[in-house]
Amino acid sequence: MTETTNIETHRKGVPLWAQVIIWAVLAGLLIIVALGLNRAQQGTIQPGQAVDDFTLPLFSGYEYQGASEVKLSDFRGKVVVINFWASWCKPCEQEAAELQRAWEQYEPSGEVIFLGVDYVDTEPEARVYLKKFGITFPNGPDLATRISQYFRIKGVPETYFIDRNGVLKYVQVGPFTSLSQIQNIIDPLLAE
Amino acid sequence: MLNNRRLRMTNYKLPLALLVALAVSLVLAATVFAQDGLPTDDEVNKIAKDLYCPVCESTPLDVCPTEACRQWRELIRQQLAEGKSEEEIKQYFVTQYGARVLSEPPNRLASYLVPALAFLAGAFLLFRGFRMWIKPVAVEPASPTEEAASVIPPDDYIRRMEEELKKRK
Repeated sequence: MTETTNIETHRKGVPLWAQVIIWAVLAGLLIIVALGLNRAQQGTIQPGQAVDDFTLPLFSGYEYQGASEVKLSDFRGKVVVINFWASWCKPCEQEAAELQRAWEQYEPSGEVIFLGVDYVDTEPEARVYLKKFGITFPNGPDLATRISQYFRIKGVPETYFIDRNGVLKYVQVGPFTSLSQIQNIIDPLLAE
Repeated sequence: MLNNRRLRMTNYKLPLALLVALAVSLVLAATVFAQDGLPTDDEVNKIAKDLYCPVCESTPLDVCPTEACRQWRELIRQQLAEGKSEEEIKQYFVTQYGARVLSEPPNRLASYLVPALAFLAGAFLLFRGFRMWIKPVAVEPASPTEEAASVIPPDDYIRRMEEELKKRK
């Protein structure tokens, strides 16, 4: 019995430092996947969130008081309407005239600013579109789609209403159908 | 008299018709010449096939049927006509719409290094895992006494059993 051949099987252990690295990498990957899923589920930026500052370069002829680019923070104290559009977007055409009418109504007060963000578009076609609908409020390209990625837009048109304190208050997905629809969103923000 | 007049009219008509035909030919020739100056679809698509519009994901620009992509192709044609190189045009699109429009990631070290390192790390882990799983290491005890010490637990029952066996021998 004592001479029974005994072969003990055991395994070489992975060094502790390697285990730590492996688990850290796995945990890191899981965190990245979880954050990605969370972000994908969130959809567009939610009302109630403060909007981070961004810079919008403006098309020549569509500058704001002579400035060729504007920052969101420049408009603190004003209600900001950010409209994402594109010249190839047919639903955008439905609301273009209404947006312009709204801009003409609110511009003289100086309390509301409209910003057009041209999404994945070519400048010549964008200019044709702006001219076609007689749009005069500041407009510019979404360079490298940074702004649309920040807002996590799902398509165009989408319009974001930001209050005087830089907090997002309302998101309109899809085109506006009337001027009063725009007024019903802006007026309460002005009254706040 | 009437015949003479008709003859004269015919004489006017022929040079006039020739003049109109010549003018039309010149206009057509000028149009063809102008078209020749523009880059062809093949030249445009050579660049377009390496680009993807963010609106139509997974569809290369050269075959994408949407209006947005048609506009992009026209922009490429316009820039080629202006004498810009393929690299300059691609860089313009990256600046305007971001690096995600490229079919291949930008040639940055991290773009290739991270996936390569991740692949090597995965291969190493698999290699270690399979090796440990398939081939357990056999370890012989150094000496019989060590063997006894390591194999037989100090159990009183076993000790007594062994004593009994010895007595019977």
